[in-house]
Amino acid sequence: MSPTITTSSEANGNVSAATARAAASAAASAEATGPQPVTMAKALNTALADAMHADSSVLVFGEDVGLLGGVFRITDGLTATFGEQRCFDTPLAESGIVGMAVGMAINGMRPVIEMQFDAFAYPAFEQIVSHVAKMHNRTKGTVKLPMVIRIPYGGGIGGVEHHCDSSESYYAHTAGLKVYTPATVADGYRMLREAIDSDDPVVFMEPKKMYWTKDSVDLGELRRLHTEGTTTGRTSEGRAAVARPGTDATLIAYGPSVPTALAAAEAAALEGRSLEVIDVRTIVPFDDETVCESVRKTGRAVVIAEAHGFASVSSEIVARVQERCFHYLAAPIRRVTGFDVPYPAPKLEKYYLPGVDRILDAVDDLQWEN
Amino acid sequence: MTISADHTATDTPSTAAPENALTEAVQKFGITVEDYMLPARHQIQMVDPDGSLKPKGEQGTQPGHEYPVPGDKELLEAYEQLVVGRRVNDQNSALVRQGRMAVYPSSHGQEACQVAAAMCLSDGDWMFPTYRDAVAVMTRGVDPVQVMTIFRGDWHGGYDPLKYKVGIQCTPLTTQLLHAVGVAHAAKLRGEDTVVLAMCGDGATSEGDFHEALNFAAVFHLPVIFFVQNNKYAISVPLAHQSVAPSLAHKAVGYGMAGERVDGNDVVALLAVLDRAVKLAREGSGPLLVEANTYRMQAHTNADDDTRYRESAEVAEWRAKDPVNRMRTYLTDRGLLDDDGEARIREHAEAVAAQLREGLGEDVPVDPQELFRHVFAVQTPQLKEQSALLADELARDAAANDSKEAGK
Ligand SMILES: Cc1ncc(C[n+]2csc(CCOP(=O)(O)OP(=O)(O)O)c2C)c(N)n1
Ligand SMILES: [Mg+2]
Repeated sequence: MSPTITTSSEANGNVSAATARAAASAAASAEATGPQPVTMAKALNTALADAMHADSSVLVFGEDVGLLGGVFRITDGLTATFGEQRCFDTPLAESGIVGMAVGMAINGMRPVIEMQFDAFAYPAFEQIVSHVAKMHNRTKGTVKLPMVIRIPYGGGIGGVEHHCDSSESYYAHTAGLKVYTPATVADGYRMLREAIDSDDPVVFMEPKKMYWTKDSVDLGELRRLHTEGTTTGRTSEGRAAVARPGTDATLIAYGPSVPTALAAAEAAALEGRSLEVIDVRTIVPFDDETVCESVRKTGRAVVIAEAHGFASVSSEIVARVQERCFHYLAAPIRRVTGFDVPYPAPKLEKYYLPGVDRILDAVDDLQWEN
Repeated sequence: MTISADHTATDTPSTAAPENALTEAVQKFGITVEDYMLPARHQIQMVDPDGSLKPKGEQGTQPGHEYPVPGDKELLEAYEQLVVGRRVNDQNSALVRQGRMAVYPSSHGQEACQVAAAMCLSDGDWMFPTYRDAVAVMTRGVDPVQVMTIFRGDWHGGYDPLKYKVGIQCTPLTTQLLHAVGVAHAAKLRGEDTVVLAMCGDGATSEGDFHEALNFAAVFHLPVIFFVQNNKYAISVPLAHQSVAPSLAHKAVGYGMAGERVDGNDVVALLAVLDRAVKLAREGSGPLLVEANTYRMQAHTNADDDTRYRESAEVAEWRAKDPVNRMRTYLTDRGLLDDDGEARIREHAEAVAAQLREGLGEDVPVDPQELFRHVFAVQTPQLKEQSALLADELARDAAANDSKEAGK
């Protein structure tokens, strides 16, 4: 047997990163150049394929990810292209998937694993919290776990019970995990590539209602930038984005709430109010700088999240901004979040999820002196 | 399978076992698949509690489950490690009583399992131990003081898992079995012939990850040996409350792997069974399950009171089956061990005990800044901030102390 699969290029391995990188440029396939309408699903799929081209230690596995290409088709075609050794179905067992990935990462691989749905990742919680998050710490960095746990999350697809959950706060609360969540198609590509390159474990939360969102994106260009290392670092790691500039108040959102925040800002503009929208992108590490810069400028803020507000990422954001921007604030920071109830049935979802009107109401409440 | 320069596959063989893999593995023994997977009717025992070699027909073996007695050199080495292991267990318990270690889950009584688990492996193999397997980790070659660091309480780990190919000692029960599966899977994908030994206790076989790990290892046809030390208790709960299976080794058959029961206080039988398991796994048999029938002679840890849940008569009964004494008698009777040999081995054990007393006797200063250093590959701005906060707090404390001293 020839050495078909080698150790991870950066962590726990000994193969130089350059070898892996070199292969990446060869991978640029013959797709159309220039911006094209691309779905989030396609961007994620391309990121996986490109990462697998670039580094033979990148492995993809989970439930139905092989022949079927995943229930959301994010792994479509990977088995056909890379073979059953690199993209394969496991027995139905989430703890098994994560635990096996831990062992593979210990032994030189870069596993990218899929949890089929947010609420079905819970059997793996012990592995994630007790090992994925702690291995680096317990071994003082000797054993790194360069692995990515992809989780489709959030609502908006009319999912029946246990198919829609906003579980990001559990992971964000766990020290030792990075938590990324893209809100644009381009970020889907960029952030997944960066997550795979990261020597730290990343919980990669994919807003499932956005899988079919299309943006005009030049995937070839994104690939080139990633390969050259110009977008990475890495730079977007721990960097929030100003999704829409504004002057009067800041809407802080992430993942599935970003499009809702943008729609609210659009509506507010018609009423003559200029709202800035910050897309948090990486919940961990959190970009205090970008968020606070915006709030200091506008003096008002609303945090938006689908998850229950109580003891959540949104409460953390309010606390951080308040601690850092108190003297700049013209009004208490407001939150628009899911209610503190179990995720509701499809027909009740619209009452639960933060919507444009509820956001605008919160903005109206920010003690404007007319 | 060949892979082109861009790492795509030109053909797609399955990672799973070919359907006839088990049949192939069995063919060499000339028995049925069922007879191969089911443990032998009796546990494998080669040296009885009195230290005499059992006649071949009474060792519990049957066709397809035959085990040659390991060589003299291996047995002498095993005895030496048994003596060292026993000394280490008792030294550590003493260090706990003296407040030098926070806790020590002793494997006193289970040293044969500990020693055999380490000795059956080659340098390139991996071991995934539990909290109770410190002696196995040490026998594998890890520095004893580094092994015990975890129990001293200055960090949640003390040795380099990659250097020794020993997973970090694991407390969340059976979670480490899946890591063993992953290490074996990665090695298999790269075409390496690594064997992985994954350890757990009897109570732990009730955990979900036990099931998931055995199933994954079987489905992906991986060279993992699941080594269950059945010491009869999970803290206070006896095995009867965990399982009503005919034996823990019988669980193997449900996953399509072979299981075997062995006298866990007979290091000769343990080495024989584990050596063969390692050999089979390396040759491509897929995973195996070995249950060692042993006994936890002492309380679960120093914090436990075992008189609340078991009779001292039961403990006394097992004392008569002690693995160390049994081996000493056996080797002495065979003329392989004399007083000089015994003295030399005792000296070795004392030297390791002294090393532990010295290494754990001194207070190592802890560096509070270590808290922030090993969370992520690159420190986050938030951790930098928190680290500065603590540094400032400590500097102010130190300054206050200095002025207090000066004022005296
Ligand atoms: C998931 C989990 N649950 C509970 C515990 C607490 N606990 C530690 S050891 C132990 C008993 C385990 O018994 P067994 O597997 O037989 O191993 P032994 O201690 O006898 O070696 C328990 C319940 C734990 N460590 N992990
Ligand atoms: Mg037990």
